[in-house]
Amino acid sequence: MNTEEIHGILAEQFGDAILELKSEAIDPWIVVAGDKIVEILTFLRDDERLQFDHLNDLTAVDYLEMDEKKAKKFPYEPHLEIVYHLSSFGQKHRTVIKISTTRWKDDEPGSHPEIPSVAGVFGIADWHEREAYDMFGINFVGHPNLKRILCPEDWEGHPLRKDYEFPLEYHGIRGQ
Amino acid sequence: MSMQVEDPRVIEFDVRTDEMLVNMGPQHPSTHGVLRLLLKTDGEVVSEVTPHIGYLHRCAEKIGENLSPPQWIPYTDRMDYLAAMNMNLGFSLTIEKLIGMNVPEKAMNCRLIIAELGRIASHLVGMGAYGLDLGSFSPFLYAFREREIILDLFEETCGARLTYSYMTPGGVTHDLPGMITIPPGLAQLTGNSPDMELEWKDAVLMFLDWLETRIREYHTLLTRNAIFIRRTAGIGALSPEMAKSFGCTGPVLRSSGIDYDLRRDGEGIYTRMYEGYNFEIPVAPFDAAPRGVELGDNWTRFYVRMMEVVQAIGLVRQGLDKYESAEGSYREGFKLGAKLPADECYLETESPRGQMGFYVVGANAAEPLRTRAKSSCFCNLSITAPLCENTLLGDIPSVVGSLDIVMGEIDR
Repeated sequence: MNTEEIHGILAEQFGDAILELKSEAIDPWIVVAGDKIVEILTFLRDDERLQFDHLNDLTAVDYLEMDEKKAKKFPYEPHLEIVYHLSSFGQKHRTVIKISTTRWKDDEPGSHPEIPSVAGVFGIADWHEREAYDMFGINFVGHPNLKRILCPEDWEGHPLRKDYEFPLEYHGIRGQ
Repeated sequence: MSMQVEDPRVIEFDVRTDEMLVNMGPQHPSTHGVLRLLLKTDGEVVSEVTPHIGYLHRCAEKIGENLSPPQWIPYTDRMDYLAAMNMNLGFSLTIEKLIGMNVPEKAMNCRLIIAELGRIASHLVGMGAYGLDLGSFSPFLYAFREREIILDLFEETCGARLTYSYMTPGGVTHDLPGMITIPPGLAQLTGNSPDMELEWKDAVLMFLDWLETRIREYHTLLTRNAIFIRRTAGIGALSPEMAKSFGCTGPVLRSSGIDYDLRRDGEGIYTRMYEGYNFEIPVAPFDAAPRGVELGDNWTRFYVRMMEVVQAIGLVRQGLDKYESAEGSYREGFKLGAKLPADECYLETESPRGQMGFYVVGANAAEPLRTRAKSSCFCNLSITAPLCENTLLGDIPSVVGSLDIVMGEIDR
């Protein structure tokens, strides 16, 4: 089943929560409303026609270009995207679900945007969401154990954000 | 032998002890690198396992945002350093998918031969190290002896022994070599003169012939070894539902009875490499399993890898047969500063340890906006916590070892 058909099924089920379909991309994706993500992924997993029982990957992308010259070549509004790659062992099809959110909650630098956690739907989302929190500072609401996973627990900042500043010192170890 | 008692504490003869936190790692040899497991133990019974990772974190993904794809290839080498060829392949194919490039037949053929040899080398280490975890020392030495020859053959191909950077977007860096001096290990094992000159291709065939006769030996040493069976059979059984939920892939998934291999079920750009090749995908349960083995337990995970080695030998043979008739060049041009389109793609390939995924977002520039490496070991490791609940302390290395993890890939 291709992403257009999946979009049709989702639009029928969830109506306004399904925001956009980008079908001309290499891997077509569907943008959905963040507050409905748990219901949508549960539906994708359990529906007989879809059976998306494998969450291949969960990650985020920070859309912000600090370099003005580069920004002109690929213009976009600064925002943050959470990307879910799903596939099905039985049906052997795959799809991409995305959530778009502001870089900071209420545009207040430093306050983490909030997205419902899907750790209850897929077991592996637990670790993937911890990594996304660690790297991007996304607050997955309802996560059982939202702690840093790759960086030390007392690390400051979220390294994969485009405006991240490298620390000059960590526990007496000098940076550059 | 299964330690399935209603209440595991019965083994303790009802002597209640205090719960104790034990750190296993990060320098423990059986954690396969710098993995720290925090165990909550009550005597010999472990009630909770918390893996702590990140000791090898190098922020490879951030580095990838500042480099063009061919420059990032060496960083993929350092992820799963026991199967660096397969890491190169995954990332190269992702870039090719993004820019819409189809590599020539010759390049695909070279990639297949090398990738499957890489799979053999990787599974040999997995097998040997697992024996070592369980106290069997000699299979480890045999496995490394065999792997050494593959590394020598790789060295002839691309000049490196561990971090190859051999497969790049567009193909491979060098064609397969012609005449070589026989690798010293191979000369010794086959009784040939160390000065013998032969075709690289013939050296590979000579090695495969020899390896095939050794597989039985490994089965005697480990697979059919009574002690090995008692340490692995029925321990750490992973149900298919849990394997799906926790995103387990590769041999771990197939040992839980799910028939899924990206070489057959993956995306077209990857499966076209394997078109016209005959190979089977070993999936549990096995008729050859000894008594006490359950679906998805440690023994089955180990056995799936052993079976995959046999299939990989067949694939390399078929690849070498097709090498002469393969058309085109071994490499198509990919400029270092070539711009990546403002699009994105995700691709998973079947690396020896599972499905390795790369996600690249292009931004009309040479450097991608985002590179993401989804590690298969990361997902496979995440099941240790539920899998090791209420097992014996001595079974923890047995379970963790059977997952065959490489920390370089988990921490990136």
